[in-house]
Amino acid sequence: MKRSFDFVVKFANVNGSGSASANLLFAKSLFRMGLGVVPKNIFPSNIQGLPTWYEVRVTQTGRAARRDGVDIMVAMNAQTYSQDVAEINPGGFLIYDSSLPRAFSRQDITILGIPIARMCAEVYERPRERQLFKNVVYVGALTALLDMDFSVVKQGVHDRFKGKEHLIRPNVKALEMGRKYAQKHFDCPLPIRVKKGRGDSDRIMITGNEAAALGCLYAGATVCAWYPITPSTSLAEAFEKHAKRLRLDKDDKRQVAVVQAEDELAAIGMVIGSGWNGARAFTSTSGPGISLMAEFIGLAYFAEVPLVLFDVQRGGPSTGMPTRTQQSDITACAYASHGDTKQVLLFPADPKECFELSAEAFDLAERLQTPVIVMSDLDIGMNEWVTKPLEWNDARVHDRGKIMTAEMLDKAQHFGRYWDVDGDGIPYRTLPGTHPTKGAFFTRGSSHDAFAAYTEDGRINAENLDRLTRKFATAAQVVPKPVIRKSGRTSKLGIINFGSTEPAVREAVELLAREGYKLNTMRLRAFPFGKQVSRFAEQHERIFVVEQNRDAQMRSLLMTEAGIPGEKLVPVLNYDGMPLTAEWVRQQIEAVIETDKSVAKAMRLSMRAM
Amino acid sequence: MTYMKKPLVKHPDLPKNELGLTRRDYEGLVSTLCAGCGHDSISAAIIEACFELDLPAHRLAKLSGIGCSSKTPTYFLNRSHGFNSVHGRMPSIATGANLANRDLIYLGVSGDGDTASIGLGQFCHAMRRRINMAYIVENNGTYGLTKGQFSATNDKVSKSKKGEANLFEAFDLCTLAIQLGAGFVGRSFSGDKGQLVPLIKAALRYNGFAFLDIISPCVTFNDHDASTKSYGHVRTHNETMGRLDFVPKMQEITAQYDEGETVSVPMHDGSLMRLHKLDDEYDPRDADSALATLRKRYERGQVVTGLLYIDEDEADLHALLNTTQEPLNAVSMDKLCPGNAVLQKINKSFR
Ligand SMILES: Cc1ncc(C[n+]2csc(CCOP(=O)(O)OP(=O)(O)O)c2C)c(N)n1
Ligand code: SF4
Ligand SMILES: [Mg+2]
Repeated sequence: MKRSFDFVVKFANVNGSGSASANLLFAKSLFRMGLGVVPKNIFPSNIQGLPTWYEVRVTQTGRAARRDGVDIMVAMNAQTYSQDVAEINPGGFLIYDSSLPRAFSRQDITILGIPIARMCAEVYERPRERQLFKNVVYVGALTALLDMDFSVVKQGVHDRFKGKEHLIRPNVKALEMGRKYAQKHFDCPLPIRVKKGRGDSDRIMITGNEAAALGCLYAGATVCAWYPITPSTSLAEAFEKHAKRLRLDKDDKRQVAVVQAEDELAAIGMVIGSGWNGARAFTSTSGPGISLMAEFIGLAYFAEVPLVLFDVQRGGPSTGMPTRTQQSDITACAYASHGDTKQVLLFPADPKECFELSAEAFDLAERLQTPVIVMSDLDIGMNEWVTKPLEWNDARVHDRGKIMTAEMLDKAQHFGRYWDVDGDGIPYRTLPGTHPTKGAFFTRGSSHDAFAAYTEDGRINAENLDRLTRKFATAAQVVPKPVIRKSGRTSKLGIINFGSTEPAVREAVELLAREGYKLNTMRLRAFPFGKQVSRFAEQHERIFVVEQNRDAQMRSLLMTEAGIPGEKLVPVLNYDGMPLTAEWVRQQIEAVIETDKSVAKAMRLSMRAM
Repeated sequence: MTYMKKPLVKHPDLPKNELGLTRRDYEGLVSTLCAGCGHDSISAAIIEACFELDLPAHRLAKLSGIGCSSKTPTYFLNRSHGFNSVHGRMPSIATGANLANRDLIYLGVSGDGDTASIGLGQFCHAMRRRINMAYIVENNGTYGLTKGQFSATNDKVSKSKKGEANLFEAFDLCTLAIQLGAGFVGRSFSGDKGQLVPLIKAALRYNGFAFLDIISPCVTFNDHDASTKSYGHVRTHNETMGRLDFVPKMQEITAQYDEGETVSVPMHDGSLMRLHKLDDEYDPRDADSALATLRKRYERGQVVTGLLYIDEDEADLHALLNTTQEPLNAVSMDKLCPGNAVLQKINKSFR
């Protein structure tokens, strides 16, 4: 068999069996060896007993997209044997627990049986240990089969059990058992193996939720109110973990408040109360929470209260697929709440951008005095991604927006909370408690005039709505710009994508280029759309809009909000809940290019222009 | 029209408080509620209480939900920031506001629909979290603003204006409050200013969740003979558990009571709650006795008013969360943002 250095290892486990930390040890060790790793956790919405998978794509190039097809399957779950074995690429390998005899029908794969349960039963006393160390044994075997640097793996065990040193010995023992068994019984290493990596030692491996939480910390968020929901929970939890350590005053009191609310309505209500009162506040949730928060999001929009909301999207509709990824809350968030409402959305594409855009979100929310929704998803939020290190510019000044201090109020002739003094649609606000006699106003969700007074005069209300439109136009100028990549300068074919589809789209563009199809890409980073978006549309004849939902939600938004004609926008839709693969994107786009006459025409146009 | 400003006529001889302010300085816009609505009397009592407390109005934030009652913050304390939020959700707004700035005084005003129906969950959780605020329910047993539907505090024996029966038992908000962690619980009547003003003063000063259930008749929809939330019914069935004197810090105690009947509860800020009891079977510091008394009297058809329960151990959410003394909205960014050097260390932990 041909040697391969770009391969996929998949672990089939039972959830609750302790496999997660062993699988992470495997991925992290490869990462530390300087290889590209793309780990994806494919887990059930369940605590114990159901099938769960962990997939690691290993690359030399540092590609970040998931890839279909399994080269090595570590099958540890008898419930799913047949399905798992069927998934292995021809020429691939099956590693399984051979403590009990098994027959597998495939002739085109190599089967490597290791009596894992028996080995553990011989060495460990307690049932829980026997179970847990089974996972470590197969990692040990993989170190030999794939020619991994064993010292790196051992170091990983040491780091993992810092503070619980008594666990290091038995873990290393299990690793060695697996490794020795493989060395003795199999022809190690396999043709599929690791090659020394690029040694990008500055890279980090982090989940988007953790990075976003750090972004909130660096943005100076002091209030987090949240309600648990997969896949957003780890964001609030990570924030609390870091804040507990980094936000202590000299008396060890906390310069932060984290409240687990009774539901999402209360969570966003608290965030609005804090934002109104001048603290930077946020909440994190997923689709069902967005639906519950809708009324309050409208209040914050209309009363112009800054807040940051993370929507770590999962499969919908309704409870949907809580542990699978989608980008299907675009419409619900862009127009969250009844009446004429529009919300500012940000679309991070990886954990590093989760950090950067969450910090940016707080500046935007206060500058624009409106909710800013950071649209992450399960893939970015919960999977570990390899990214460049996080960075903070110490010279950066947090933009707190237009707030009138007591001195400013003393100097001012009038104060009108919703008075568009600067013509950018953004009024000035005051914080409660600022001045004994000036600047107090009544915040309300009912129609109001420039001085925050209740009005039932429809013309005044319409004027206020128009000002909000002006404010949204200002937002379009200040939100993060899209990232445009030209594959062929003159290509008339383009791709628009956003968020976690980025690695697959980047790789697909390379694959397509190899076949002679050059496409320019524009990765959206924010809504409302800036002028770059319409310009990109004008420059291209046909644009593939790649997104992970059924209804082409972003495409609709581009049509209605950027005025791009629908004929131009070809939907490329995935909604099976799995992180996107480059191969899938390539196939979809190629199929259209080869069958659709108008696309072919666009192709010819770009050829001629070349 | 709530946007109507009251004409500012200054009388030089209006009495002034310690801050040199008159009652007029604590007023709001002209009320747009029905003439005779109980809610307006409560607004007047709030104005009086704040005036007497020498409260700097800008250091108080008034918060409400939706309903006739929730409109009232427009009608008092013009110099305070106000937040008329959404139906039933004032408690979460108050919680967040309080988290952001622990130094302000928070006054929440709600209705029985706003609190006991759509907002019941948030109300319960705000008490459980012991938010430092005064929470007033202007209880008329009906949904005033949507024109007279029964609310969950409407007594089962009470009928609608058209004579329709009410099928369900009422929630007793005071019982609920005592059970769920409110440290200060009182009931009063919009028509009894003498009882109401000291209760509001004490509630504003209490450090923790102070709850006041104030019967406030809706003259338009629920003030008829068959209603237990009518002026007539409350006047004839009102049973006061005791008279409360709120003695602010440093003020001399002048009123004289027979010792045995008076309970003095010192507060953390040096002020004193003195309760002149009328029923010696019960002690407002004892939740069980307060609950039993409420139950017993309710079964007799009485409307028990006064300070019903007080937890001397004041504690609020900030104490429970161990937050810093400085208001979170005032902590400077250089303290909040750990800087790049720390971030580089954090990066290391992800390698
Ligand atoms: C989500 C929502 N549902 C319904 C309403 C309509 N609504 C307005 S006020 C009200 C009831 C208010 O009753 P209460 O709190 O007792 O106040 P009151 O008017 O009696 O003082 C209702 C149902 C609303 N504003 N919002
Ligand atoms: S309807 Fe009832 S509650 Fe509303 S203002 Fe009139 S009297 Fe008051
Ligand atoms: Mg009512």
